[in-house]
Amino acid sequence: MIKAILIFNNHGKPRLSKFYEHYTEDTEQQIIRETFHLVSKRDENVCNFLEGGLLIGGSDNKLIYRHYATLYFVFCVDSSESELGILDLIQVFVETLDKCFENVCELDLIFHMDKVHNILAEMVMGGMVLETNMSEIITQAEAQSKMEKSEAGIAGAPARAVSAVKNMNLPEMPKNINIGDISIKVPNLPSFK
Amino acid sequence: MALKIVKGSIDRMFDKNLQDLVRGIRNHKEDEAKYISTCIDEIKQELKQDNIAVKANAVCKLTYLQMLGYDVSWAAFNIVEVMSSSKFTYKRIGYLAASQCFHEGTDVIMLTTNQIRKDLSSPNQYDTGVALTGLSCFVTPDLARDLANDIMTLMSHTKPYIRKKAVLIMYKVFLKYPESLRPAFPRLKEKLEDPDPGVQSAAVNVICELARRNPKNYLSLAPLFFKLMTSSTNNWVLIKIIKLFGALTPLEPRLGKKLIEPLTNLIHSTSAMSLLYECVNTVIAVLISLSSGMPNHSASIQLCVQKLRILIEDSDQNLKYLGLLAMSKILKTHPKSVQSHKDLILQCLDDKDESIRLRALDLLYGMVSKKNLMEIVKKLMLHVDKAEGTTYRDELLTKIIDICSQSNYQYITNFEWYISILVELTRLEGTRHGHLIASQMLDVAIRVKAIRAFAVAQMATLLDNAHLLTGNTQRNGICEVLYAAAWICGEFAEHLEDPMLTLEAMLRPKVATLPGHIQAVYVQNAAKLFATVLQKHEGETDSQAAQETSQLLIDRLPLFVQSANLEVQERASCILQLVKYIQKLQQKNVEVAEEVTALFAGELNPVAPKAQKKVPIPEGLDLDAWINEPPSESESEDEKPKAVFAKEEPKHSRSRHTEVDEKELARRREARKQEQANNPFYIKASPSSQKVYDAPGVEHIPVVQIDLSVPLKVPGMPMSDQYVKLEEERRQKEKADKKKKEKKKKREKRGKGRKGDSGPESEEDITPAHHVDIVTEEMPENALPSDDDDKDPNDPHKALDIDLDNLLSGAGSRPLADSEKLPVRTHRPEVLKSPAEDRDDNTIPQETKKKSSKDKKEKKKDKEKDRKRSKEDKKKKKKHKDVEEELPESLPEEVVQSEETKEASDLDFWLSSAPVPPVAQVVTVSSSAAAATVDSSSAAAAESEPEELKDTEPDDTKSSKHKKKKQKKEKEEKEKKKKKRHHHHHHHHSDAGAEDSVQNGTVEDEEPLPPMSNYSLLAENSYIKMVCDIQGNHQDESKVVVSVIFENKSDSFLKSMEFNVLDSLNSKLQRPDGAGPHDGLTVPFQLPPGVSNEARFVFSVQSIVMPQKLKGTLTFIVKTDESSTHEKLDFKLHFTCTSYLITTPCYSDAYAKLLESGDLKGSSLRLEGVNMPFHHLLARICFHHHFSVVERIDSCASMYSRSIQGHHVCLLVKSSDQTVSIDAKCDEPSLLGNVLDEIKQTFSKC
Repeated sequence: MIKAILIFNNHGKPRLSKFYEHYTEDTEQQIIRETFHLVSKRDENVCNFLEGGLLIGGSDNKLIYRHYATLYFVFCVDSSESELGILDLIQVFVETLDKCFENVCELDLIFHMDKVHNILAEMVMGGMVLETNMSEIITQAEAQSKMEKSEAGIAGAPARAVSAVKNMNLPEMPKNINIGDISIKVPNLPSFK
Repeated sequence: MALKIVKGSIDRMFDKNLQDLVRGIRNHKEDEAKYISTCIDEIKQELKQDNIAVKANAVCKLTYLQMLGYDVSWAAFNIVEVMSSSKFTYKRIGYLAASQCFHEGTDVIMLTTNQIRKDLSSPNQYDTGVALTGLSCFVTPDLARDLANDIMTLMSHTKPYIRKKAVLIMYKVFLKYPESLRPAFPRLKEKLEDPDPGVQSAAVNVICELARRNPKNYLSLAPLFFKLMTSSTNNWVLIKIIKLFGALTPLEPRLGKKLIEPLTNLIHSTSAMSLLYECVNTVIAVLISLSSGMPNHSASIQLCVQKLRILIEDSDQNLKYLGLLAMSKILKTHPKSVQSHKDLILQCLDDKDESIRLRALDLLYGMVSKKNLMEIVKKLMLHVDKAEGTTYRDELLTKIIDICSQSNYQYITNFEWYISILVELTRLEGTRHGHLIASQMLDVAIRVKAIRAFAVAQMATLLDNAHLLTGNTQRNGICEVLYAAAWICGEFAEHLEDPMLTLEAMLRPKVATLPGHIQAVYVQNAAKLFATVLQKHEGETDSQAAQETSQLLIDRLPLFVQSANLEVQERASCILQLVKYIQKLQQKNVEVAEEVTALFAGELNPVAPKAQKKVPIPEGLDLDAWINEPPSESESEDEKPKAVFAKEEPKHSRSRHTEVDEKELARRREARKQEQANNPFYIKASPSSQKVYDAPGVEHIPVVQIDLSVPLKVPGMPMSDQYVKLEEERRQKEKADKKKKEKKKKREKRGKGRKGDSGPESEEDITPAHHVDIVTEEMPENALPSDDDDKDPNDPHKALDIDLDNLLSGAGSRPLADSEKLPVRTHRPEVLKSPAEDRDDNTIPQETKKKSSKDKKEKKKDKEKDRKRSKEDKKKKKKHKDVEEELPESLPEEVVQSEETKEASDLDFWLSSAPVPPVAQVVTVSSSAAAATVDSSSAAAAESEPEELKDTEPDDTKSSKHKKKKQKKEKEEKEKKKKKRHHHHHHHHSDAGAEDSVQNGTVEDEEPLPPMSNYSLLAENSYIKMVCDIQGNHQDESKVVVSVIFENKSDSFLKSMEFNVLDSLNSKLQRPDGAGPHDGLTVPFQLPPGVSNEARFVFSVQSIVMPQKLKGTLTFIVKTDESSTHEKLDFKLHFTCTSYLITTPCYSDAYAKLLESGDLKGSSLRLEGVNMPFHHLLARICFHHHFSVVERIDSCASMYSRSIQGHHVCLLVKSSDQTVSIDAKCDEPSLLGNVLDEIKQTFSKC
């Protein structure tokens, strides 16, 4: 079981938090902080597993994370998950985001948290891995956004126009904070079939 | 209208959307909290509006704020509103918000039940998907109970997208509503073989998750998983399955044996590291579960270790980490194989990654031997010096102690070395583990008698240099060591070289800064030392020195008497008084030493931890019973408490009290003062304590103590390294010695007190430096065996500990059937309902009778659907290639039991059947059938059961006992369920409602059924008896499997059995490729006297509408001691039409549609004089003719079965006064006629 999925940046700002067990908001923030603290002090070239995230679960649990440019992707899992499998899953997740957002960068995640959630929901459901096949995930995610667009129809047009205008005069929307080379250091793990 | 919408959206576009909110927060970095609170106010306004789009937007923003840590539960109701929007866009926003912030305590959740149900059955798959995803996050017990049925229906949805989600969410439902596990399990199991890999993966995922917590209930699925493992190519699924096997093998070692080969193949063939790693892990688990040291598995161990070495050597830190992790598992059972990689592991200790260093440390535990312990510890000590962080250093410290102390100090050959290691460890700054070192010191000193002198000397130096340990307040943890040091010096004072010096060290004023409990030990042991010193002096008749010692104590102890710590104070004042008394005696030149020593005489033996707990309560002792009669309540008030002790006393004191007057008191006071003044031992009130320090004496010259942060090399404290060298020399010498006196080798064995000494042979040679007599810990006589820690009672998985094997057979099928025949309503593709159909079903009343009154339109629709379904059905059948069978269900509970043992034996069969090379077709069949789960038709006749089980008997009796218990539980559960069904009647759809009747056509309180068997006698002579059972194979429409049990009745050995049948045009025995049409098949076993075994033969059949008889011969060799003779036995195989029928469950609605379709031809039968209860009658039909009960109303029942070629056979059975009428319908009249004839025959026999 996956207990939680966290994405935060190099400064510990949460970009996505998905807990598959209930915690109060305060505890959740505490877990994010603690996890950030644990993960951020590790060097780049050490292993991606960490034991003893104290707040979630207990000794059975592991933190499995990957660091892409400005973002940390952290999965908290118990012993029923394969460590390397989850590493692969993170890779699939990031690659999927990359496809869906077309060159994903941190800002995409900041402004479209809901979309990231929706993509994640096609991969992991209730803490269990639902789908590992990237093209399947993308197909389903796109089918849903298409539906969303068709529902918006004419009514959605003006709103879209306005948000386009809003975005236009935004110097702070650089698209260059790329998540980086997402294919960094994938240990010879062929992805899942 | 359109204008209005556009207008509304124009209003809206100036509302803040999520992006605006995020942007705003980023622009208000300095007053973020304030900005957000205004945003929340805005959101509250937006939520009040009627426009759902505005609400959805607000909820979306709330979801973002929730992530930032804001509590948004106040908007729960609005979230529900957004969830129930008809637009997918908003619905998704609502469900996302709900999944982020709803939990069991959210009270609006109960409002969502109907909305979710509606979404689940939505024609839009994404509505359903979103609802399932959301539900998976916030499902509560209530929701689980109310929606379990809907979700179960979705498990057979036409769209794999929905199926996989529905399958996955079932796990959450099980957790919240454990009662759903049993009814849902068959369908879940079916999904393991879903054509869609995603669904299959989801089902594997769920079962693995279930089985991880309660593995024993899923053992019977092992064959199915085995098949999946060998056939699946999805790495994710494979990993899960292999992990699951890792959990199952400890329960069933035979499973492990079966797994080794395919797993090693995978290890060799896979290129995916993740898969390789899990395979290695499971092989390790298998090897652990098998009794260790099996020679033929050493190759597997080597393979694992070798692969792990590759991982560890990899530059990828992740692989290195995992390699070490797995290595530590091997270590437990096969330490030797790991030991050969010591170099690598020691290398990892130097890794820059702390996770890896810690893993390597774990491994060290098992790497040590007598030979290398010193070397390894030396290396660790170096690390201790180098380590910068305290956590890692503390970890090192505990590991050193663990390594050395493991299995009763097995690997320590030189305890002097160990003590000096411990002493060196005391120099660690700021460690938390002082107490650990202390307890080791105590333990060693107490239990290793030979080391005491050395230990005492070391401890004395420690005490003397105590300021090094205590000087810095940060080093507080380590001062615990002084506790041990003081105690050891005191208790074993006879070994002290200069007890006086140590005594002096223990009474230094600085001691008073130590924690109370240590001071207390100091004081007490000062007294012990004092006794030793006295004795020594008296031995030398040095009374002067003895008196000086007393004076020293008298001078120093008052410091402790003033201690704030009660324990210290109490002990100090006791001892002070004692010493004063002694001093008085000394002044009179009385020899006191002996008596003082007597105070501390006697050896303290170590007592095992928990020893007290393990003292058995003597028989007949009732700890709760009253010792005296309990006081009756009425008396208690007025009666005086009974004086247990001297009754006279109060009276006496009273009289004395009156006598004593003021004068008398004054006089006495005076006398006391006088006495005190004369008494040299009495401490006068004021200046005495200061005086102590004024007194001249060398000891009182103030000593400036230097606190050095860098620990000094304490004089007289030998460095442990020294011992390493010494030990080396000693061993060399010993070796040389040994060569000389080869014959006396055994004399030098280690102390007898040592236990668990199982060092490898080569190490036997290394004898400990001392004759170490490790005192074993004391345990009470007849102590009870160790009690294990219990499982956490709050574990939600405990509720899921449901015996599913029991379910599989319990809910329906016949005796001798096995786990495979589930009471599956869901096995049939007919049941594949789209949500739309489901709704149709709901509108159809449960009773079939009423259905006839349905309007024609619907009938037509139904017909069409039905046809479609049967097409689907056929398609499906073709897809399944595996040999798998379904058997009739519905049987009374009483029979279940025998069947359960049966089922266990089937698993046994699967497990014990070694993979035989496929020489003959029979063998392939039997092994592939075996692979396809516990094979159904392997069921054996009840009478032959004992023989068959012979080899696995102990197992079976155990499991059957175990199952009996389970069965009881199940009964209770059923009753519960029944009650529940009553309560929640409206929740149950038609299929659930029909469950009772489907399960077994009997009402529970009806009388039990006689045991039945489908095995019929095939042929028999004086040597051998053959019984057989013929079963259709629903996977392949032209195959019939004949299971024959051969029983050796003679006293001789039967071998080379050959089974041959004369083929007819219609039916042919399946022979291996290349065999001629008249060749017999070799029976794949031999039969020792009295043994029976079963073989299976596959026949292909073309037409199934007529019964058939085939002539056959069994030839075999009878081997006795003197001779062997060829024998043969002819038999006739009777393929009845019944044997082409397969028990197939059918729901009443589907059944009704089938009957209404009009495709079926009718026929009927009357049986007179049938004298048996109706449920027996039904059970017989079910059992012998492979029917299942669709519905039963009083003495009328509808039944269904299907042939291997897909013919539907429907029966309506009515019974009144010994007359049974059966109306039957089937799409193949001749088949029906034959079946009815056979039914008639069955009843005419009895």
